Order: sequence, then structure tokens, then C-alpha cells
Amino acid sequence: MSPYLTSLRAIVLREALRFVHQRERFVAALVRPLVWLLVFAAGFRAALGLSIIPPYQTYITYETYIVPGLCGMILLFNGMQSSLSLVYDREMGSMKLLLTSPLPRGWLLFCKIVGSTGISILQVYVFLAIAAGFDITIPPMGYVAVLPALLVAGIMLGALGLVLSSFVKQLENFAGVMNFVIFPMFFLSSALYPLWKMAESSTLLHDICALNPFTHAVELIRFALYGQLNLTALAWTVASAAVFTALALWGYAPARSGIGRKR
Amino acid sequence: MIRTVALATLLATPAYAGEIWVTNEKDDTVSVISTETLEVIKTYETGERPRGITFSKDYSRVYICASDSDAVQVMDPATGKILHDLPSGEDPEQFVLHPNDRHLYIANEDDAITTVVDTETRKVIAQIDVGVEPEGMAVSPDGKVAITTSETTNMAHWIDTETQKLFANTLVDSRPRHAEFVKGGSEMWVSSEIGGTVTVFDRDTQAEKGKISFEVQGVHPDRVQPVGFEFTAGDTHAFVALGPSNHVAVVNADTYEVEDYILVGRRVWHMAFNEDRSQLFTTNGVSGDVTVIDVASRKPVKTIKVGRFPWGAAYRPAS
Repeated sequence: MSPYLTSLRAIVLREALRFVHQRERFVAALVRPLVWLLVFAAGFRAALGLSIIPPYQTYITYETYIVPGLCGMILLFNGMQSSLSLVYDREMGSMKLLLTSPLPRGWLLFCKIVGSTGISILQVYVFLAIAAGFDITIPPMGYVAVLPALLVAGIMLGALGLVLSSFVKQLENFAGVMNFVIFPMFFLSSALYPLWKMAESSTLLHDICALNPFTHAVELIRFALYGQLNLTALAWTVASAAVFTALALWGYAPARSGIGRKR
Repeated sequence: MIRTVALATLLATPAYAGEIWVTNEKDDTVSVISTETLEVIKTYETGERPRGITFSKDYSRVYICASDSDAVQVMDPATGKILHDLPSGEDPEQFVLHPNDRHLYIANEDDAITTVVDTETRKVIAQIDVGVEPEGMAVSPDGKVAITTSETTNMAHWIDTETQKLFANTLVDSRPRHAEFVKGGSEMWVSSEIGGTVTVFDRDTQAEKGKISFEVQGVHPDRVQPVGFEFTAGDTHAFVALGPSNHVAVVNADTYEVEDYILVGRRVWHMAFNEDRSQLFTTNGVSGDVTVIDVASRKPVKTIKVGRFPWGAAYRPAS
């Protein structure tokens, strides 16, 4: 087996093992979007239903609206969680082991993203299955069509996680990341409210949301769930993924990262 | 072989393509929707404030209540041309065509009468005094009994179509809107908009057999206002439009229990099925559109923009 594949296998396996060993984490990661779906959305049930926006062809309940946003939420939180684990790895020294491998760092980081995105996608499908159990369904083809969208969105958010982990040196600082990255990214997006609704209250907020890469990841997933391709969202997501990957590579460059250097 | 199979498939595909005709109260038009493409394919001008709409048995004529023009208009559905008007009494709102395909029973909202018009001689053959603001109209499948419901008197008036006289009046909940005979004419259902109920009567005894109430999650009970309703094939289930609650209820017609609520547009009013009753088209007055419901899955499939304040709906097979 080529060393590339060996490393891919090893890193993905490590992610999978971590996932198997921390079943609580898997459940906890599902509880968050489910609370939003079954508690928060229930209160806002009649709040929408006043306008039809693509990709929807008819009036929808709020529960139906936020499903793609919550899929994005799973990917976002997992991307961050995985970056958290990198910070932990750095502190524990296991990252040093990983990065001393002769393979290019870009490849190692890519393996890491693939591993965590795979786990995230699994969680998204479990989430969609539970939602379907509560009669919040999407067209059957949507469950297949959403896979590539989840992959692209997952890689973009995973790359963002890598960027953050390359800058956050200590585990304690991670709470800051939560406050300054995850929450604004989630709330300033189309995950919970459509952008036209945002524009009604503030055009500035609307513009910020429209620039947020997470908005485009959510819209990519939303359209894919209904068997449609949103090219703008795809372009934004891919471009953001490229920028974040470049930043991550720079952040983890041997000369910069401090790994192998005395801290 | 492949060709045979392809041909057989093609032939086996039900040729259910048809049209749903929707009257637009504020636009003075009818919108014609293709049941195949689910798009508006034609729009025709009508008299003022078109509301009730129904086709003759052979679909060669369409009758439209042009309420503010005080006329029932007869249109050629092939061309959209108004052929002539029928005398209708003042402010005709709703009507029903007798199974003889000839007599129209028309509710005259402002005059508290029901007018019976012969569509062939174009003459009024009877005017029957009923309660204040009559609206809902129904005729039993055997043609012997006609019903008028009056919005303000809160009654269903039973008319003997032979003598054109009332033979019974039954109280219903506040503001009855729509009436319909079902199960071969053995039951008569009336919806009450303000009362928020549908009352089921036994046709022979005119006694109340059951009452259906509705409760839509997250919607104030005042906004749950049953209006139009339609029955699935075999009269097993009724789809009841619940006005400003923006939902359609699915009622089991045997147990009188509500099984489902379906989200549609704003102020859903009347409905029409396609030919095989696999799709239901609801007119949503305030949002100015028509929602298509897949009857089997009870899910809304698409919402189609029509004119302003769509009111009535009727099916016609494609010509």
C-alpha cells in the first residue's frame, strides 16, 4: 500500500476510533440540532409560511426550513470539535508524531479533514433519519443528492477548523473560538432565518449574512436536499474551502507552526 | 420487444391530463391550471367578482357566478368566450348544478333567496325564500333534495326539488359556508366558518349524526375556520379547507376524526380534485395562489401563483 493510503487509513481510523470510543460525543452532537428542531422550531412553527423561496415550491413549516441549517450546524460544530482535538493533540505531543511523518503536511491535514467530515456526514444522516421519524421529510432523492453537498461543506468547515487550530495554541483559548467564530457564523447565516427576513430588519445584517461562507454551505445543502444545484452557493463554498486550506497550509507550515521548533 | 413495452407503458400511463379552473374574485378572471405541468396555461376575463364555478356534465359549458355583475355567466371553455348570461337574482355567490344537468340552484347572498334557473330556457323557474345571506348549495345525487345554508340565520334549509319548497330547516353552528351530500346521498355535511365545525346530518331524518372540530397546532382557534370541503374517491376521507389557519384538514369520513393537517397558502377557501383524485387543488385567497396536495402522501407538492383572491375551483378534462 502506498504510504499516502497508509496514512489516510491510519488517520481516518483514528478519527473513527475516537468516534467509537466517545459515543457520548456522538449523542451530544445530535442532541444540539434536535433540541433546535423539536423545541425551538416548535415555538416558531407558524412564524414562516408567508413566502415561498427557492428551492421550496410550496409553503413550509419552520421545522422544514431549519433542517438544512441544522445539518450545517452539525458540520460546523464537528469541524470545530476536530480542530479542538488538534489543539489537544498539540498539547499532548501526538501531533508532533503525526507531523514528523515524511509525507507532505497538506496530505496529512487533508486526511484529517476527510476523517472528521466522514463522521460528521454520518451524524447528519442519523439526524435526518430522526427528523423523518417526526414527519419532517424531504423528497427521497434529496437524501442521496445531499451527500456531495455535505462533503464539500464539511471539507470547507473542516479546513476552517484547521486554520483556527493553527492559531489557537492552548486548549483554554478554545472557548474564545466558540464565542467569536461558531456563534456569529451560525446566527449570521441563513440557517435559522431566510435572508429576505434578515433584510427586513437590517440590510447591513443581510449583507454580512450574504458574505458568510456558512450561509452558502447551508444553501448548498438546502438546494441539494431538494435535488437542485445552487451554483452560487457551490462557488462560494469551494472558494472558501480553497482560502481556508491555503491558510491552514500556511498556518501549519514547518517554519511557522512551531512544531519541531522550541516553543 | 422494447418498443412494445415502451408503447404499452405509454398506453398504460393514465391520460389524466386535465385543467383546474379557478375564479379570481378581485381580478375578474379565471385562471386555467394544467394538472400535468402544474402551471397556469390560460387566463380568461369574466364578469365582476367571479366566485362559484361549475361545468356542465359534458364539460361543454362552464357556469360562473359573477357576483357583482348580478349574473351567472355561461362560458365556452374551449375559447373562453362568454356565450350568454343567465338570470340569477342579485349577488349570486355559489350554485350547484342539478344532476339533470339543466337546473342551477343559485344562492343569492343579498336577497335571502335561492333562485332556480333553467339553463336551457334561460328562465327563472322558482325563487325560494331562505335564511339571511345564503351561501352553501348542494343537491343530493338522486336530485330530490337541494340544500341552501344561510350564513346569518345559521341554518341548513332543505328544499324539495319537485315542489321547490322548503321541507325542513336544521340549525348548524355559526356562519355555515358549504354543504355537500356524500355516501350516495345518505349523509349531508355542512361547514360552519365561525363555529369552527363541520356538522354531519342524516339525510332521511335530517337529524345531526356527528360534529367535527378542528385544532391546528400553533394556530389560534379563532383562525380555524372550516369553509370548502371535498371527498376522496369512495367518500372515505374529507379534505376540509380551514380558511385563515392556512391549513387543510384530512377527516376520516367514517369515524369523523381528523387525521392530518396540511399547510397551504393563506386563507384557503375552496378546492377541486383532478380526474383520478390523486391531486387536490386549493384556492388560497389572501396569498393569491393555488396549492397542489398529493392526496396519497397528504403532502403539499407545489404552490402556483394565480390572480388576486382565488375563490372557486373546478376540474375539466383536457380537450
